[in-house]
Amino acid sequence: MPSISRDEVAHLARLARLAVTDDELDLFAGQLDVILQSVATVGDIATADIPPTSHAVPLTNVFREDAVRPSLGQQQALAGAPAAEDGRFRVPRILGEEA
Amino acid sequence: MSDLIRSTAAELAAKIASREVSAVEVAQAHLDRIAEVDGSVKAFLHVDAEGALAAARRVDEDVAAGNAPASPLAGVPLALKDVFTTEGVPTTCGSKMLEGWRPPYDATVTRRLKEAGVVILGKTNMDEFAMGSSTENSAYGPTRNPWDLDRIPGGSGGGSSASLAAFEAPLAIGTDTGGSIRQPGSVTGTVGVKPTYGGVSRYGLVAFSSSLDQAGPCARTVLDAALLHEIIAGHDPLDSTSVDAPVPPVVAAAREGANGDLTGVRVGVVTQFSGEGYQPGVLRSFEAAVAQLKQLGAEIVEVSCPSFDYALPAYYLIAPSEASSNLARFDAMRYGLRVGDDGTRSAEEVMSLTREAGFGAEVKRRIMIGTYALSSGYYDAYYGSAQKVRTLISRDFESAFATVDVLVSPTTPTTAFRIGERTGDPMAMYKADLCTIPANLAGNAAMSVPSGLSDEDGLPVGLQIMAPALQDHRMYRVAAAYEAARDAALGHTVISQVPQLEGAAR
Repeated sequence: MPSISRDEVAHLARLARLAVTDDELDLFAGQLDVILQSVATVGDIATADIPPTSHAVPLTNVFREDAVRPSLGQQQALAGAPAAEDGRFRVPRILGEEA
Repeated sequence: MSDLIRSTAAELAAKIASREVSAVEVAQAHLDRIAEVDGSVKAFLHVDAEGALAAARRVDEDVAAGNAPASPLAGVPLALKDVFTTEGVPTTCGSKMLEGWRPPYDATVTRRLKEAGVVILGKTNMDEFAMGSSTENSAYGPTRNPWDLDRIPGGSGGGSSASLAAFEAPLAIGTDTGGSIRQPGSVTGTVGVKPTYGGVSRYGLVAFSSSLDQAGPCARTVLDAALLHEIIAGHDPLDSTSVDAPVPPVVAAAREGANGDLTGVRVGVVTQFSGEGYQPGVLRSFEAAVAQLKQLGAEIVEVSCPSFDYALPAYYLIAPSEASSNLARFDAMRYGLRVGDDGTRSAEEVMSLTREAGFGAEVKRRIMIGTYALSSGYYDAYYGSAQKVRTLISRDFESAFATVDVLVSPTTPTTAFRIGERTGDPMAMYKADLCTIPANLAGNAAMSVPSGLSDEDGLPVGLQIMAPALQDHRMYRVAAAYEAARDAALGHTVISQVPQLEGAAR
């Protein structure tokens, strides 16, 4: 039995904001199933008593002095924008018709 | 072929400092070489001839004014992986998503190279967002291996490794999340180093998997890699995971190792990394390298690291999970590609259309695997278990390093495979990272140094040397000793055997 269905892959694509095509769904469903079945072996040795490691080096909060330092200017920040207007990023509407 | 492009970085720096040759001449020789052979190698996505020559002129002016060199590599050309931001110079990460983007700032690595007088020739090709082991996932087409143009140069940093083997640059920078510096080094007969995690700043390195990503030096000799390591390494307040400790003395270690004595050094052979799936010629090359280390006085012991068998599956859960989060920044709003903004579509629709058009298949696969592994209901079985495996791998390293100074293995199970051979089978591609991944998960240092050519196909093989965290100098010492003994035994360097490229000057 596959570990992931075509519908589940379609759902994942929606969550990840990827407007995948039907052909891609066919391809990815098979490939993701093979990959997920293979990586699921981590469960074989991951017993309850083992603590998880999120990071190779222990992390503590790193604070810096609250000092003013140079940053990007408005022009620089907008230089790579797909669209800008009145010195701001111009974006498509963020609310749906029904909202 | 000009002597300048065959020289080591250390030799070039000495000649430039003594005014035997100008930095501009050195830069021009490499730019000429790129113009001559890069049409077939395709190592570069962007060549910044103007910027390189201007940087070289500044070094020459400095030398003429009688100033001390800015660094031991002042005036030496370098190829920079296209995953580092460069102010005003295109940075694509091998993706259509960032086509034409000119960053408004320099990465810390870029800044340090510039301050050291290193001449940045251009930006090298890579698997899209560093996801891959062959450079075939670049949106701009694959880079080819100078040893055989029908084969892959490794990945993700295949442009960097190929530029070294094609004599387009004596130095390069790569990034290593699961082996993307070491595996390309292995299959191109060059040296590639993944420093201890946190050893080199990630500021301005476009993130793939933040807890694993590590920048490092690539070169044709161990000493050159060490010299570059010391320039790019060191604490950076702009990276919260940057290690605030002195840079390990890697240059001194490389010089010490070159004397050829490893008496008293304990070398552990990882028993998990051999057997099925390993090319016989790779294993024979590895065994010969181990015998050479023994001849140099090292004590050889076998070490078992049982959890390493689970490193690959753990990595292909952790890295995609972090990637799915990191790549959420490509939302078509502030920079990069935007598709379908016709005045009627919503931001969400534009975002989905843009990400669909801008990302390649491997990036999409990993984003979806990561999204899946982090979903409630699956989190414990996948991501949570992978994090536990990470603990076990660190413990295996700890117990190994309690009895040995360094660990060794083949860098990757095979020599360079053919372009197209594994593109249809993601799991086959992932296996190229089998031996390199444990050091990323545990965060310790590891490198690949050429161990000659495989006797069955005449292609380069890499010896991986792993050291404990912040003990990077240990592996440099072993690598330099091995390199000197290998060259003495062969009667020449490994890289001198690379075939002459089509179109090369006669």
